[in-house]
Amino acid sequence: MFQVRMHGRGGQGVVTGAEMLSVAAFLGGKHAQAFPSFGSERTGAPVVAFCRIADTPIRLREPIVAPDALIIQDPTLLHQVDVFAGLRRDGYILINTAKSFAQLGLGEFVKGFHPERLLTVPATDLAVKHVGRPLPNAALLGAFAALGGQISLDAVCRAIESRFDEKVARGNVAAAKEAYEIVREEERLAETHHA
Amino acid sequence: MLEQCEGSHAVAHAVALCRPEVICAYPISPQTHIVEGLGEMVKSGVLEPCEFINVESEFAAMSVAIGASAAGARAYTATASQGLLFMAEAVYNASGLGLPIVMTVANRAIGAPINIWNDHTDSMAMRDAGWIQLFAESNQEALDLHVQAFRIAEELSLPVMVCMDGFILTHAFERVDLPEQAQVDRFLPRYTPRQVLDPNEPVSIGAMVGPEAFTEVRYLAHAKQLQALQLMPLVAGEFRQVFGRDAGGLISSYRTQDAETIVVALGSVLGTIKDTVDELRDSGLRIGALGITSFRPFPIAALRAALIHASRIVVVEKCFAVGIGGIVSRDVRMALRDRPQPVNTVVAGLGGRAITKSSLHQLFIDAMADKLEPLTFLDLDWGIVNRVLERERTTRRSGPVAEGVLRDIGMVASRIG
Repeated sequence: MFQVRMHGRGGQGVVTGAEMLSVAAFLGGKHAQAFPSFGSERTGAPVVAFCRIADTPIRLREPIVAPDALIIQDPTLLHQVDVFAGLRRDGYILINTAKSFAQLGLGEFVKGFHPERLLTVPATDLAVKHVGRPLPNAALLGAFAALGGQISLDAVCRAIESRFDEKVARGNVAAAKEAYEIVREEERLAETHHA
Repeated sequence: MLEQCEGSHAVAHAVALCRPEVICAYPISPQTHIVEGLGEMVKSGVLEPCEFINVESEFAAMSVAIGASAAGARAYTATASQGLLFMAEAVYNASGLGLPIVMTVANRAIGAPINIWNDHTDSMAMRDAGWIQLFAESNQEALDLHVQAFRIAEELSLPVMVCMDGFILTHAFERVDLPEQAQVDRFLPRYTPRQVLDPNEPVSIGAMVGPEAFTEVRYLAHAKQLQALQLMPLVAGEFRQVFGRDAGGLISSYRTQDAETIVVALGSVLGTIKDTVDELRDSGLRIGALGITSFRPFPIAALRAALIHASRIVVVEKCFAVGIGGIVSRDVRMALRDRPQPVNTVVAGLGGRAITKSSLHQLFIDAMADKLEPLTFLDLDWGIVNRVLERERTTRRSGPVAEGVLRDIGMVASRIG
């Protein structure tokens, strides 16, 4: 079982992001379970949503306390919520920001992690560019498709299309695709660098 | 058809396939998405003929459902928490009159303190109201139980409450197999009422009954619940034939065959319990789980047969009777009333407190070492409790309890796990 925890703020589409992630996993033939951690439900308040992905039916109903991957939609949460709680050392971190981990002040913290499992993507910028609104969830799922290998970009696009009307879906699909390409390009550069 | 969707969506879809003719509801979390979904289907014409009635309160919702059902319509509503309490008088009337209304309860705690999260206190407050109460373990089962609920309700002329855990199920996206309309039509015949307000053959429904016959009328309500105990396994069997999967019935057993310890529970926590049982089985411990699908009527004989060979029973329940303890466990005790096995009560998951596998693991280890008290509150923070008790001992004007606790722990929002 692969467990993803998503952190964001009310109004950023965190819950929708987790739901679309579960749909993408389902479209890829997996079992998936997405659910929100309901809190105060106010715009701007910290929000957590969860998604489990597995090859067999999922019965477990507890919140995800030891995630395999974190998707952080809002980097300002880094100083407010213990977003890294329980994260495995071999886990994945995807942060919505134009900065690097070092620039976020996380250089020391991520030292023991696999560098190829750490990623930042300017998802809000991509959303503004393609959707016209600062809703980064679709772009982050596109990046996640390139990062974790749990879902395909095609499944992400189809999950987005099943969720929104045609116009909104088109923008979000474009944001997801560009985020995916950004990650792929970075991976190519990293490989060249190693070589 | 397999679909990855929200539990509320799955239930709305299932209810629509049952062709309800009147739907009335008043919004309350975490039930709202269900009737919103149905409202959309009525408005768009996907569900017709059906009248969707917006009412001014939960009391009105159940009253409209009673009127619609008495007029011969297949009637549905949904509620939760304080909404269920607010309709309480009408809830008793619906069953007392023998009207086959189906209602979803998206289980949520009862205030005060106000709390929107899940536990079973709301349904339990209505456990003696004369309704059949079914509890769903997953969204698939919630969906399937609704289809069965209309069938059971109408065959017996008795209302059925389908209870599903608020947020944990209603707001969870998971895979469900949505039935085809033709399957549901095959399983659920047209509603033919035992009693109906028909101008061509006028009757009254709701006579005043005095001491001369009140006991008999009430006994007949009990007799009908006993009939339900016979009917529900048959309905579940027919359901399996039409839909090809198991759902409903009275109880469900998991690895109980040779179990020395059996954990009894209702609703979605059974999933986490089963995962914990698997872990403990892997280390050689003989433990199993038993889910009560039908809490009312309470399946005493089925439970007795399933539990009698175990040496201890642990009941994990998301509710408790203040001043005494367990609610479910007292009924389970009835099934084993002349037997020596201990029946331990564990109160867990109140107001949305997460029930984790690690807490359950330790709990069951303690149970198997006979270390459990008769009444245990899982993950209760004694530090918080004792601080308040100490304040009340030393300060007359100690202030409101809930506000004092929140101040003590220095937080307002919930935590991750």
